[in-house]
Amino acid sequence: MSGISPRDIRGLGATDIAAALRRRELTSVEVTQAYLEAIGAGNAGLGAYLTVDEQEALAQAREVDARRAKGEELGPYAGVPVAVKDNISTRGLRTTCASRILENYVPPYDATVVARLRQSGLVVLGKTNMDEFAMGSSGENSAFFPARNPWDPSRVPGGSSSGSAVAVAASLAPWALGSDTGGSVRQPASFCGLVGVKPTYGRVSRYGLVAFASSLDQIGTLTHDAAEAAALMGIISGYDPADSTSVPEPAPDYPALLGREIRGLRVGVVREGFGEGVEPGVQEALRRALDVLAGLGAVMGEVSLSMTTYALPAYYVIAPAEASSNLARYDGVRYGLRASNRSVTDMYGRTRQAGFGPEVKRRIMLGTYALSAGYYDAYYKKAQQIRTLIKNEFSSALQSYDVLVTPTAPSVAFRLGEKAADPVQMYYQDYFTIPVNMAGLPAVSVPCGFSGGLPVGMQLIGRWFDEAGLLAIAHAYLETTGWHRFRPEPAVSVAGEAR
Amino acid sequence: MAHVESLDAELQAAYEPVIGLEVHVELQTDSKVFCSCPTTFGAEPNTQVCPVCLGLPGALPVLNRRAVELALRAALALHCTIPPECKFDRKNYFYPDLPKGYQISQYDQPLGVNGWLEISVNGEVRRIGIRRVHMEEETAKSVHVAGGTHTLLDFNRAGVPLIEIVSEPDIRTPEEARAYLNELQSIMRYMEVSDCKMEEGSLRCDANISVRPRGTDVLGTLVEIKNMNSWRAVQKGLEYEIIRQTRLLSDGEPVVRETRHWDEGRGITRPARGKEEAHDYRYFPEPDLVPLALDPAWVAEVKATMPELPAERRARFVRDFGLPAYDAEVLCADPAVAGFFEATVALYPQPKQVSNWIMKDVLRLLNDAGLPLAATPLRPEHLAELCRLVDQGTINLTVARQVFEEVFANGRAPAEIVAEKGLAQISDESALLKVAREVVAGNPDAVKNYRSGKEKAMGFLVGQVMRATKGRANPELATALVKKALAEQQGQE
Ligand SMILES: [Zn+2]
Repeated sequence: MSGISPRDIRGLGATDIAAALRRRELTSVEVTQAYLEAIGAGNAGLGAYLTVDEQEALAQAREVDARRAKGEELGPYAGVPVAVKDNISTRGLRTTCASRILENYVPPYDATVVARLRQSGLVVLGKTNMDEFAMGSSGENSAFFPARNPWDPSRVPGGSSSGSAVAVAASLAPWALGSDTGGSVRQPASFCGLVGVKPTYGRVSRYGLVAFASSLDQIGTLTHDAAEAAALMGIISGYDPADSTSVPEPAPDYPALLGREIRGLRVGVVREGFGEGVEPGVQEALRRALDVLAGLGAVMGEVSLSMTTYALPAYYVIAPAEASSNLARYDGVRYGLRASNRSVTDMYGRTRQAGFGPEVKRRIMLGTYALSAGYYDAYYKKAQQIRTLIKNEFSSALQSYDVLVTPTAPSVAFRLGEKAADPVQMYYQDYFTIPVNMAGLPAVSVPCGFSGGLPVGMQLIGRWFDEAGLLAIAHAYLETTGWHRFRPEPAVSVAGEAR
Repeated sequence: MAHVESLDAELQAAYEPVIGLEVHVELQTDSKVFCSCPTTFGAEPNTQVCPVCLGLPGALPVLNRRAVELALRAALALHCTIPPECKFDRKNYFYPDLPKGYQISQYDQPLGVNGWLEISVNGEVRRIGIRRVHMEEETAKSVHVAGGTHTLLDFNRAGVPLIEIVSEPDIRTPEEARAYLNELQSIMRYMEVSDCKMEEGSLRCDANISVRPRGTDVLGTLVEIKNMNSWRAVQKGLEYEIIRQTRLLSDGEPVVRETRHWDEGRGITRPARGKEEAHDYRYFPEPDLVPLALDPAWVAEVKATMPELPAERRARFVRDFGLPAYDAEVLCADPAVAGFFEATVALYPQPKQVSNWIMKDVLRLLNDAGLPLAATPLRPEHLAELCRLVDQGTINLTVARQVFEEVFANGRAPAEIVAEKGLAQISDESALLKVAREVVAGNPDAVKNYRSGKEKAMGFLVGQVMRATKGRANPELATALVKKALAEQQGQE
């Protein structure tokens, strides 16, 4: 038994836990136990997890410990726990997408990323809360309960990867996987003071990720710092023959590339990031961050991305169109909720009526309409044309600059219920993140200070497949500023800490 | 609507049907089109399934390259143009047999376009255009439980690769439709693309049909006919619909644009119910698959390894074996039969004789047994041996037919059967003469008739010899010996 208390274990973070496990100062069971206890005490107040599989997590931890005891060759992060967003399939573990329609659905297979976590010896603690089917920017669209921001539980943690962000920010998991279709990793990372990576489209396998908008979805990471992000990205990235859109190239050694030189790097500040819709506190934090980058030797310039204006409306055609088709399979026939047996039509109607929440229904209707005969050219086709223009604009901007910078979100975390009544207001949360998904580019949200006691995030957008470059900048920036070292006050007392 | 039997000649002369066929063909790959599940027909329900073909959340399709190759073969055999790239689209609709709520299909960029095939009806050769050939996935199979309280679903079939072959509206009669389907089936079998068994559902046919005044080239109102589940149903369904639409037009009534179902029991087409009408499939590009590049080098490779087409084989049979065109057509309809013919001729180089055997006996027995050739024990060696036994005079043709039925049933060598059953022809003069003498002695009336100039009586007497020898007598020798016995008798008198 080590002398490290459960509270201290959770204070270490993934990298140091991994090191302590390798040095055998800790066992995976001790680490897993510490997190399970913290979840037991803190989850009710924060709503981070939907399902926690204590037995299975401890069994996995014991297995890693046993293999280590036998002297087996293990991955560098073997035994470190991880939280997984509840739209990523886990064999034998309920995967609900925070929807009534999948409330009791247990996948018979692991998503490719989950299989990779397991191969690396990571211990899956449980499945995290989210906006239903990843549709939302606050976590309030969970069909079960909203997750709360550990920096201020009266505020939202952002979304849709709300539970994953809360779990990491509140140290209910060392790190977590989320998914990002229009900002769903980066915006909650920004609201919770975390590093959130949205990889290049095709970098991480989507096999097993329950589809929202297939051409935009990408699994990403939520961590405290850039080194952890690099490590977790290294585990989940790379070609997967089971996903035809995955890129047939091995992922680079992200951790090894963290030290890349910042000096001389051309940074393009996106002018629209200081527009009128952006809160002054956010603008201020961002300006200071830019000064830090300049101080590190980056060559600063300014660029306008005029197509950004059209990204949001185009996204709200393409994403719902794909969603309307992707969510057609929830029909009560093979799995999930079946609300009626009277007739096929009645079963469809009642099952989908009872199973989907209002935002999901709204998007299914939007998408169905956009794809309808006579509207396809005006909506879907036009939106795809805009998408091409957005790509072209980014492409040319990224010829002049190595990285582009915007705020991740126009605001800090807002109060629960504040925007719930106005979907369009809510959609504007993703104003800066959506264009990145439309172009398939990689981006990272990096904590860059606080506004009114709440975290602010800076978005770094890089060239296709240059996650490594973005992580190197994030790493240099955080090492200089230390913004990643801040933790929210524990919202509730953590079991064991009194010892 | 009253039952309609036929049209009088005047109406037939005044109106012309315009028919296009949409044919779905299951490709005979070992695994499904977007996952690696096997495609074996007749397996226990829901044993050949996985997350992909069950449409589980998060599962993604991966295109089976072999399926593309077979689809390319089919398209090339139908003389289609292959574009440099094709793509997949989602066809969205709700149905319990459709696991994802959409079918992966090809909408505006199919794999093959602008092809044709040739049919021959009453000696006239016509070219029927093929508008497009595209790939898609099969749905699950619904099994409606008797009593009608519920429906069971078998997902073994879900995701089996299909191609849809859409003809131009070039077909004018039900006979032409039949000929088109026959030729299509033949081509698909030759290409080893599909077994095209309508009864197992590996070939399905829908028709688009309209009728217009003869002499115009404006198209009439299109009616789609579905649910024609046999060759006969296609013919009957079209016949019925031609009569129905022609009558409507000649009565000045409008034809309604609709989908109709062929009702096999009542022998009519009837309107499909509302929701099967006017689907808006909301096609859009399948984001889970990347566009498929059809590299010309790959297409050329597929083309180079393609088996011979039925039309080519027919021409070769006429040219190389000197067969009549009719024989070539019959033999070449089924590649297995054509192959059997060639293998037999290689062992016994009398093409017309072999052709006669196949057309008369082999096809009849296959038809009676309802079996494909491969499912019988019959081998080319058998038929060649049988022909030689006849040539050598060991057995006559009548006995050969009996022997052949046995060979067909159990696959034993003809010579063995002949030996075992003592069926060899009796060519022993002394033995047969004895029989001839007995026949002449025992049938005084026939002998009298013969002597009074009734030649037919000779046939009777020879027949009696055959009967006495259970058909084993060499017919020519028997005739000669009956004559000899008659002469002997006359000499004695
Ligand atoms: Zn399968």
